[in-house]
Amino acid sequence: MTTMQAAIMIGLAALATQITRWTPFLLFRKRTPQVIRYLGTLLPSAIWGMLVVYCFRNGPLVEGSSGVPEIIASAVTLGLQAWRRNMAVSIAGGTLCYMALVQFIFR
Amino acid sequence: MSTATPCPPGRAALILASARAAFRVTIPILIGFGFCGFSYGLYMRSLGFEPLFPILMALTIFAGSLEFIMASMLTGPFAPLTAFVIGLIVNARHLFYGIAMLDRYRGTGGLKPYLIYGLIDETFSILGMGYVPQGVDRRWYYFFVSLFNESYWVLSTAAGALFSDGLPFDTRGIEFVLPALFLAIFMNSWQQERQHISSIGGLAITFCCLMAFGTHYFLLASMACIVLLLLAFRRKLSALVPVQEGEHS
Repeated sequence: MTTMQAAIMIGLAALATQITRWTPFLLFRKRTPQVIRYLGTLLPSAIWGMLVVYCFRNGPLVEGSSGVPEIIASAVTLGLQAWRRNMAVSIAGGTLCYMALVQFIFR
Repeated sequence: MSTATPCPPGRAALILASARAAFRVTIPILIGFGFCGFSYGLYMRSLGFEPLFPILMALTIFAGSLEFIMASMLTGPFAPLTAFVIGLIVNARHLFYGIAMLDRYRGTGGLKPYLIYGLIDETFSILGMGYVPQGVDRRWYYFFVSLFNESYWVLSTAAGALFSDGLPFDTRGIEFVLPALFLAIFMNSWQQERQHISSIGGLAITFCCLMAFGTHYFLLASMACIVLLLLAFRRKLSALVPVQEGEHS
């Protein structure tokens, strides 16, 4: 991909984000359409599921990994979140666990 | 607004007090963004991007989860439509932050465009509760909470991007910060819902689309399938899940 193409993709992602932030202030001042409310209730959790699959679309994350470190670190992340309910702790814990696994244990 | 002080403080003092109160409530965000932004900067560098890329993305896209997705998409083929649609879908939740903030952001004058531009999850998590400390100017308090959160994100990203070479430790495996982010969000949303049909559906539909369409096209296909299926089963699903009444005048 050229730098220009990357810039276009970044620009479009930024534009899409700003559309989601400005729309209520420009369009829904009086009333929010019922279908938007419905999608707003159900869409987000489906999208988080989609993005979890997206992360693992190519299988293991680092070259030479068997997939076991990914499974262990994912379980640690989910477990930490279920236990502490603190996003920063879960993300840091899961990532550090994965780094330790691929650097020291499953080499 | 009620003022507890008998003699109202001067404008500058009021703005300063608003900034101080905003700093106090955003300290947890500073810690969380410190780690995530730094990792994001490192992650972009590990993918081979110049430091300017993550910094500009932090400023323009300014939506953490989308920036991580874009980072990984930028290593693949040129896909402008996917970039745009995924931006809309991943950030669709911001529509609801806006709806909730319609009334609160009324009368914020010249600060309003910045407040809308910067209405990220973390800022909404603080301002969406509706609590404003005593003795501050509401508008400036909103402004400083937004501004501080943005600066934590941009500065920690810049730090990760600029200092990645001189780190005293090996960053191999930092790639996991992306799945960790979405696994944590997924679990968080799972724990808050009463039934999991949408969470499980999102996983299953995307997995099927990945098998059917391959790594290049499955995202657009999954997003289309998810929205169409939700709309097709609207009556059934609405009965299962009470749709929140987001009434506002």
